[in-house]
Amino acid sequence: MPGLHVSTTVNGDVTEFVCQPDETLLDVLRNRLGLTGAKEGCGTGDCGACSVTIDGQLVCSCLVLGAEAEGCKVGTIEGLADGDTLHPLQEQFIEHAALQCGICTPGFLVAAKALLDDNSNPSDEEIRFALAGNLCRCTGYDKIVRAVNAAAKDVRKQQARLQKQARLKKAAKKRR
Amino acid sequence: MAHDTSFTNQEFKVVGSRPPRPDGLDKVTGRALFGADTFAPGQLVGRILRSPHAHAKIRKIDTSRAEKLKGVKAVITSRDLPDLTNGNRGNFDILENCMARDRALYDGHAVAAVAAIDEQTARKALKLIKIDYKILPHVTDVDKAMAADAPIVQPHIRHDDKPSNIANVSEFGHGDVDAGFDQADVVIEKSYLTEQAHQGYIEPHACLASVGPDGQGELWVTTQGHFTFRNVCASLLGMDIAKLKVTSSEIGGGFGGKTHVWMEPVALALSRKANRPVKLVMTRDEVFKASGPTCSTSIDVKIGAKKDGTVTAASATLRYQDGAYPGPWGMLGAMTSWACYDFENVKSVAYDVLVNRPKVTAYRAPSAPMAAFAVESTMDLLAKEIGMDPVEFRIKNAAKEGTRASYGPTYGPIGIGPTLEAVKKHPHMKAKLGKNQGRGMACGFWFNFGGQTCTDLNIGVDGTVNLTIGTVDVGGSRASMSLIAAEELGIPYERIKCNVADTASLGHNDTTVGSRGTFSSGMATIFAARDAIDEMKERAAKAWEIEVEDVEWRDGCAHAKGVAHSNLAPMSLKEIAAASPTTGGPIAGHNEVVADGAGVSFASHICDVEVDPETGFTKVLRYTVVQDAGKAIHPDYVEGQFQGGAAQGIGWALNEEYVYGEDGRLQNASFLDYRIPVCSDLPYIDTVILEIPNPNHPYGIRGVGETSIVPPLAAIGNAVSNAVGVRLNHVPMSPPRILKAIKEKQAGL
Amino acid sequence: MLEVSLSGSLRDATDGAASIEIEARTIRELLRKLVERYPRLQSRIDEGVAVSVNGEIYRDNRDVPIPEGAEVFLLPRIQGG
Ligand code: FES
Ligand code: FES
Repeated sequence: MPGLHVSTTVNGDVTEFVCQPDETLLDVLRNRLGLTGAKEGCGTGDCGACSVTIDGQLVCSCLVLGAEAEGCKVGTIEGLADGDTLHPLQEQFIEHAALQCGICTPGFLVAAKALLDDNSNPSDEEIRFALAGNLCRCTGYDKIVRAVNAAAKDVRKQQARLQKQARLKKAAKKRR
Repeated sequence: MAHDTSFTNQEFKVVGSRPPRPDGLDKVTGRALFGADTFAPGQLVGRILRSPHAHAKIRKIDTSRAEKLKGVKAVITSRDLPDLTNGNRGNFDILENCMARDRALYDGHAVAAVAAIDEQTARKALKLIKIDYKILPHVTDVDKAMAADAPIVQPHIRHDDKPSNIANVSEFGHGDVDAGFDQADVVIEKSYLTEQAHQGYIEPHACLASVGPDGQGELWVTTQGHFTFRNVCASLLGMDIAKLKVTSSEIGGGFGGKTHVWMEPVALALSRKANRPVKLVMTRDEVFKASGPTCSTSIDVKIGAKKDGTVTAASATLRYQDGAYPGPWGMLGAMTSWACYDFENVKSVAYDVLVNRPKVTAYRAPSAPMAAFAVESTMDLLAKEIGMDPVEFRIKNAAKEGTRASYGPTYGPIGIGPTLEAVKKHPHMKAKLGKNQGRGMACGFWFNFGGQTCTDLNIGVDGTVNLTIGTVDVGGSRASMSLIAAEELGIPYERIKCNVADTASLGHNDTTVGSRGTFSSGMATIFAARDAIDEMKERAAKAWEIEVEDVEWRDGCAHAKGVAHSNLAPMSLKEIAAASPTTGGPIAGHNEVVADGAGVSFASHICDVEVDPETGFTKVLRYTVVQDAGKAIHPDYVEGQFQGGAAQGIGWALNEEYVYGEDGRLQNASFLDYRIPVCSDLPYIDTVILEIPNPNHPYGIRGVGETSIVPPLAAIGNAVSNAVGVRLNHVPMSPPRILKAIKEKQAGL
Repeated sequence: MLEVSLSGSLRDATDGAASIEIEARTIRELLRKLVERYPRLQSRIDEGVAVSVNGEIYRDNRDVPIPEGAEVFLLPRIQGG
C-alpha cells in the first residue's frame, strides 16, 4: 500500500512522517518516531498505557490513526518535563513511590496532567474517576492517588506564584 | 565460601528509610526500555498463528502460499523446532506448548509463525497458512475432566493404570481426622468453586531475538528470570548456553506469569531461519489465551470443633485445573490450605487435573488463595455456629513457634498470631458500619524461597559503587539492594548504582519468584560488600604498613585499632578507592550463594464492603492489610507489594474470571471483558508492616511479595456474608452470582 | 540415626513407607542413601525435592548438616510466583 504523508507537531517540534493508512498513532510514535514512552498494553482502548494528548485532549493513541494527526499538536510523556525540570506530577510519582514496574506510569502521568490542566483542585473522587481509564496491576492505585493529590497542591502553588508575579508586574507598570 | 546467615539484630542507619528509586527518573520520563521498546537494524516482525479449536488433531499444515508472499522472510512450524529434549518431559511440555506438534490442546495453542518485513505483511501471511484440523472432543471444566468418560488431554498421563486427566495426587497432614471429627461438637462441610484468573500484567510478553548461522545469539526479553530463560531456550534450540546472551528488559509486571517460557524459542527459531533479528510481541488477546493464568478449582472442606473453639479435625479435598500440562499447583494448594493453624488432626488431598485450557503457571502465592477461600470461609461459618468471634476463634487455633505445620515441618518464629493480635487492636475493627455493609477478615500463608544467587560489587576510583545483581527487579528491588550495600559499606545511598546484569556478565541467578528478590540478592549483596570491605582493610593495612588484623571497618572508613596506631587517621572508602591503582588494582567484592531459609510469611486482612441488594454489586469501602515482612528494607515498596497483592485479590474475588463457551473457546480475552480493578473501584489500602525477624537472614528479611493476594477472596466473602446474609461459595462473587444468592434466600430456598 | 518423614506424593517411590530410618549427616548423604535403598526415588529427586531440617526448608543446598535427632521431611520441590 502506498504510504500517507503526515505533518504534525509532536511535543512542540514540527514532525513529518509517512505511514500506512491503517497504522495507529501509537505505532507511528513508537516504531517510526522512536517515542516508545507510550506503551501498548491492549491495543483496544482498555488500558490507557498509550495515553497521549491531541490538541490538548486526552486520547488512547492505539485508537487513533497516524493519519488523523495531520495538522494536530500531539503531546506525549517525552514532552512532560520542561528541559531538566520535571513536572510536579513526575516529581511526586517518584517521591510517593507511585510506580512499581512503571509500565503504566507514562499513561497515568499524561492522563493526570490532562486532569490537572482542567482542574488543579480535584477531590479524591475526581482523581479516581479521571484515572479510571488507566489500568495499573502493581500498585492498587493507593500511592498513585496520593501522588496526584500532592502534585495538584504543587501545581496550585505554582499557579498562585505566577498569578502573584503577574499582579506585581501589572502594579509596577501602573506605577511607571 | 560459606557465610553465617543468622539474624544478628544489628542497628540500621539507612536500611528502613525511603529514598527515591534509581530507575524512577527513567520511568517517569518514558525513557525506560521495556520488552517491546528496543529495535535492531534489519529487524523483522514476528507473528504467531494460533489454534481456534479447544482440541484438534493437526492433519496437515500448508505454508507454501505464505512463504511466497512478498516481504515474508521465514515461516516456521513444529518442524523447525524439533524435539531435542532427550526425554526431559518438563522441557518437552514447554516446547510443545510453544509450538503444537500433532495436536492443538487449547484455544490459542501456537501452530505456526511467520517473520516479515512489517506488521501488515506478517498478518497477511498468517491468513495464507492453511491448516487441516480434525476437531476432537474437549473438556474445560475441572470436575468434568475427572469423570471416567472425559476426553483425554494427554494420553501419556495415567492414573490407576488407565489414561486419565488426573496428573498427580498429593497428600499432606497428620493425626487421625476421623477420630478428630468424632470428638467435635460441631462439624461443617462445604464445597467451593473458584474460576480461572490471569496475572494481568499490563506489559504483554515481548522479545527481540537475534541468532546467526554460527549458533550465537542474543535475546532481549521481558522476564522474571533471564538466566532460566537462557537455559531453557538454549536447550530447546540446541544452542550452547554460553553462546546465548539474554538481557532482561525493564519488566512491566509479572506476578509469576513471566517466570515461564511461552514464545521466546519461536522468536529465536524465526530469527535463525531468516538470519535477521525478529521482534515478537503478544497481543492482549494472545496474553489471555496463551500465557498461563492460574488454576480454576473445586474444593471440599470439612472442619470440626468443640464448643470452646478448639478445632478437633480438618480435612480438604482439592481439585486444581492445570490447563493442558501438569504442574505442582494442586499440591501447593494442599500444602498451604491449613498452614495458618495448629490442628491435631489434619489432612489435605489434592488432584492436579488436565483440561483443554492454556498451561497454568504461577500467579503470586500460586494455589494458596483458592485454598484459603475455602478454608477461611468455613472457619467463619464455624465461628458463627459455635458463637465465637471469628478473630478470637482464629487466635485460639493459630499456629505458633513449635507447631507442626500441616505440610510437615515444625515452625520457627512465625507471624500469624501477631497479625491476628494486630487485627484485633486495629481501629478498623471498631469503625461503624451502615445498612447493607459488612466486615470480614481472613488469614493467609505463603512459603517464600531463596535459591541460587550471584552478585558483584565494584568500587570505582572516585569511591562510587556499581552493584551488579542477577535477580530481575520486578518492583523496586534495585533501591532495596542499594540501601543494603550502603548500609554495609557505610557510604551514602546516592553513591551506589545498582544494575541488573545480562547472562553473559554474571553467574547464574534463579528466577525472581517466591518473593525471593530482596531476600536472596539482599543476602548476596551483604556478603559481596563484606568481601569488598575485607579487601579494603588489606589495602589500608598496606598503606599504613601495619597488620590487617589491626584494621577494622566502621562508618565507611578503615580504622587502625589500638593505642600503637592512634596516630593514624581513619581512611575513608573514597581515599582507599583513589589509591587502589597503586595498592593492588581494582577493588571488587563478589558472592555466590544458595540462599535457603527464606522464612514463611503470614498475613491477616480486614475488609468492609457494601452490597447493593438490587443489583448484587459489591463496593469495597475500606481495606487493611496486616503482614509480617521480617524486616522492611524500603517500606514504600513493602507497602506497595501489600497494596498491589490485595488489589489483585479484590479483583479476583469480585470480577475476574475466564469464561469458556460450550465450544471450548475463551470468550473474554480482553481487558474490556476480563475486568481488572480500576482506580475508581478501590479505596485507599491501609497497611500495617510487622517485623518478626527471619532467623535465617542477617537482616531478618522474609519475602513479602506474595502473601497479600491470599486472604482477599475469603475476607470479601466473609464481609459479603455479614453485609447481606448470603454465603457465596463461588469466586468471583460477581453481581449476578450475589443477586442470585439474595433472590434464593428471599425465596427461602 | 534419623527418622525421615516423606510427604504423601513421594511415598509411591518408597513402596508406601511414610517414614524411613537412616544414618546421614548432611542432606547430600541423606539423598544418596535414600536412593540406594529406594532407587525409584532418583527420578523424583531429579524432578526436584526439598528437604526440611528442623522446620527449615532447603531446596538447593545439599551441604546442610543434619544434627542428631533432627526432624527431617522430604517434600516435593515447591515454587512461587
Ligand atoms: S494500548 Fe491503548 S488503551 Fe491499551
Ligand atoms: S506500576 Fe506496574 S502496572 Fe502500574
